[in-house]
Amino acid sequence: MLEFISNLVAVLLTLFIFSFLYKDNPFYRFAEHLLVGVSMGYAIPLVYINAFIPFVYRPIFLEGNFWLIIPSCIGILYIFRFTRNLSWLSRYPIAFGMGIVGMGVPMSMHSSVLVQMRNAMLPIDNINTLLIFIGTVSILLYFYFSKPHKGLYGKFTNIGIWFMMVGFGASFGYTVMARISLLIGRVQFILGDFLGLIK
Amino acid sequence: MKRQIPLIIVIGLGFLFVAHTFIPSKTSVDFYDWWVSWSKAISPFAVVLGILSLFMVHGTKIQRKAPNWQYSVVTLLALVVTAFSGFAWGTNEGTPFLWLFANVQMPMSATMFSLLAFYIASAAYKAFRAKSPQATVLLLAAFIVMMGQVPIGAAISKWIPETAQWILNVPNLAAKRGIATGVGLGMTATSLKILLGIERTYLGSD
Repeated sequence: MLEFISNLVAVLLTLFIFSFLYKDNPFYRFAEHLLVGVSMGYAIPLVYINAFIPFVYRPIFLEGNFWLIIPSCIGILYIFRFTRNLSWLSRYPIAFGMGIVGMGVPMSMHSSVLVQMRNAMLPIDNINTLLIFIGTVSILLYFYFSKPHKGLYGKFTNIGIWFMMVGFGASFGYTVMARISLLIGRVQFILGDFLGLIK
Repeated sequence: MKRQIPLIIVIGLGFLFVAHTFIPSKTSVDFYDWWVSWSKAISPFAVVLGILSLFMVHGTKIQRKAPNWQYSVVTLLALVVTAFSGFAWGTNEGTPFLWLFANVQMPMSATMFSLLAFYIASAAYKAFRAKSPQATVLLLAAFIVMMGQVPIGAAISKWIPETAQWILNVPNLAAKRGIATGVGLGMTATSLKILLGIERTYLGSD
């Protein structure tokens, strides 16, 4: 019985969301607002159990690490975001978190630039590696705006657009397939798990 | 006090992190561990900000009886009931909290994402109607990659999955590598601007 009620609730809410394909309607709006509330409500106990208890409550109150009272007080300053006169206090926890950008400079340079360059600098021993090399260089030059894209240089950067179009097409195809597999999952749930029309 | 001290904290910590990356020593490891433990103690309070924000937005709508205020009641009620069920009965298997997740949150979010399949298809039709040679290439690449993922593609011709794989491994790799390098340079430049105090928008306005 519980399983039937559970499936019925899930099916109804699924249909409420799908009703948006016809047009915006009260059923969709109800489901949409319910989703926001449930998602936020779902996060609260999880943050409490997985973040507040192990990193604030347990170290301070059970292990006696009283230094952590300072960051906890800094964290409380977030709440002042909503006050008119003291909203500037919320900048302190943000600033503490933003300090990590110092690590971001060498890390992004390493992971996104140097590693990519190292992988691009392979021996050109076949047509594929040549194509990858030409594609990478032409795309990088396409994003170099300090020189006008004219003449031979413009023609070469134009090759970069073609490569990017193929890349965007591949990403688009992958995204569509991911969404369609989700759609198939929902249809299988309604027709298979709930109605038993497909095995 | 209002802007200068937070800015000094960002710049000071930022340069210490640069030093931490380039100078491996016990002191730099200790500094990193200290920052992580403090950040973990600060982060749970950010959720309070989100809850308060949601309550303020929807509470104001209800109070002013704004158009469609009834839906705001649904949002707040759902939030309170879900959170309460998590605190009252725990978050383990078989609790009302997980029931809400499995039968309310999960089906709705999966359906919400699956809706995009329809909108992506209609947007693609409008955007790519093969208006230019480049749009045609995009459309073709997307079509081949999609067909390469499903059994019907291989049933039509064995070349379709192979071509799809070639597109992913060669032109797509070149495109991703070029874009990733550009993004990396952009991230480095933005991080440097924050580190040197040129970029301050994260502090908000007065």
